[in-house]
This record gives sequence, C-alpha cells and structure tokens, in this order.
Amino acid sequence: MGQVSVATPLEIERPDAAEEAFAVPEPDVPWVTLVHNDPVNLMSYVTYVFQAYFGYPKDKAHRLMMDVHQKGRAVVSSGSREEMERDVQAMHGYGLWATLTQDRN
Amino acid sequence: MAGHFEATPGGGAAVALDEVEISILRSLAVQLLELIGPGDTPADGEDPLAALFAEGPSKPPTDPALARLFPDAYGGPGSPAEGGKPQEELRELSSEFRRFTENDLRSGKRDDAVTVVRTLDALSPAGDGGAVLTLTGDECHSWLRSLNDLRLTIGTRLEVSDEDEGGEGSLYRLPDTDPRKPMVMAYLWLGALQETLVEALMP
Repeated sequence: MGQVSVATPLEIERPDAAEEAFAVPEPDVPWVTLVHNDPVNLMSYVTYVFQAYFGYPKDKAHRLMMDVHQKGRAVVSSGSREEMERDVQAMHGYGLWATLTQDRN
Repeated sequence: MAGHFEATPGGGAAVALDEVEISILRSLAVQLLELIGPGDTPADGEDPLAALFAEGPSKPPTDPALARLFPDAYGGPGSPAEGGKPQEELRELSSEFRRFTENDLRSGKRDDAVTVVRTLDALSPAGDGGAVLTLTGDECHSWLRSLNDLRLTIGTRLEVSDEDEGGEGSLYRLPDTDPRKPMVMAYLWLGALQETLVEALMP
C-alpha cells in the first residue's frame, strides 16, 4: 500500500458479460483516487486515515489533507482502475468522500 | 481523562464517561444502526449462501445522510470536464460500483456501530452511573469510524457547512430555544471525542 503503483493492463475479473460495456479504451492511462473536501471530517482524522490506510508518512499525509482542505480535493493514490476502486471503497469505509477518475494530466 | 480518550499500553484507548454520555452515545449508535438498515440475514428456509452473491443497490440512497455515507464513486465535483466522460456514463459506472460494494460498506459500518453498543453495554457503572470505557486497538478503530459516521449523519441533518464561521445565524450560536441546539451540542461533543481518539491512536 505504501507506494504508488504503476498502471497495469486492466483485467476485470467480475463474471458479468455486461462488464464489457465498461471496458476502458485507454488501459495505459492511469487512474487516480481523489478525496474531496467536506465540512464535517476532522483534519486530524483525514490525516490519520491517509497514514493508516495508505501507509504514508505523517508529513505526506498532512500535506494531502491540507490540499483537500484548501484546494477542495487531492489525488491520494494512482494505479489501475481495479486498485483505485479498492481505494475508493476503503475511503468510503472511513467516511471520506472519494471518487476515481482516469488521469489525463 | 474525563471526556477525552487517552492511549493505553498495547495500542488501545480509554475514556471516562458519565451516565448521560453513555446513554447518549448508545442511543446515537442505535439510531445509526437503524439508519444503515438490517443486515442481509437470509430468511428462514433461504440459502445462506445466496446472501453472499446478492447484489447491492444500483441507485444512490435518497436520504441525504445515507447518500453521504455511501457516495457515488465516479463523478463528484468538477468531474465532467476532467474525465471527459458524459454524466450518463459516470452514473452507470457509479451504479455498477455500488452494486458490488454497498452491501459490504453497509455491513462494515453496521459492525462498527454494533461494537460501540456492545462495548458500552459491557461497562460496569459505578454508583454515580459513570464508568471508564477501555477499548482494544480494534475496538478503537471501530469507534473512530463510527464516531465519524455519526458526525457525518448529524452534520448532514444540520446542514453543516464550511461557510459557517460562527457569525449571525451560525449553528454554533443558536439560542437555547432552537430545536437544533441539542443536536449541535451532540455534534460538537462527538467531534471533540473523536479528536482525542485520533490523537490517542496517532503513531
């Protein structure tokens, strides 16, 4: 969890043929997990989650939290779409407002 | 440690709670459980394995507090331009994600709230009704997430916003007669409690 992984070819394991419809056209473009600002979550708690879940050192976790707070959002991880869905689900488990998107920057 | 968590050896934390605080916490956790809804326990005669493969909902909850606890995974503020995907496609991706994750998320949040209720029920209050709540490391994490879920729920109900800076009409300066006052007090108190629990757990 500690490091940002490089994009890997997308492999969707779900046994649903309908999944084909959601195939990603550019599998080499990495996906990112964004955490959005919200007025309720404590700054200390958000920092704590970034440390506990991603294993980021305290200063990096704090910097990401400040980006969320001041810029409205921050990219907290990047990798394959599957990995980002896992991260987003984990963030929702902690009550953070997270989404994933394909990074085109 | 009255009113605030302190770290205990072995990675846990403890807090002294009075009778009223115990009762409020328990009541809020039970209300959270009711909001999240029952588990997917199979009815009599149904295949218990079926629940494992049951798909979750595909639409976001209509209740604003639940919608905040279980947000869309695709889209979000400022997304349409950046992802280059039309809203309809983002909605479909979110539905798909929700079908595969929301049941698990609900069950996680339910387990956390159940831990809060169970640890409170295990207390042996002294003569004045107060007690020291001592949590293991795992229980601390459940408490932390559940306190956060409670604050998200109450914060959504109160329409807490970043713009509220304590001025005229602020939630934090309500007259005692305002019906929202007790909820605001609970919201602030839960925030203070959560803050001290984060501090106690910070590596």
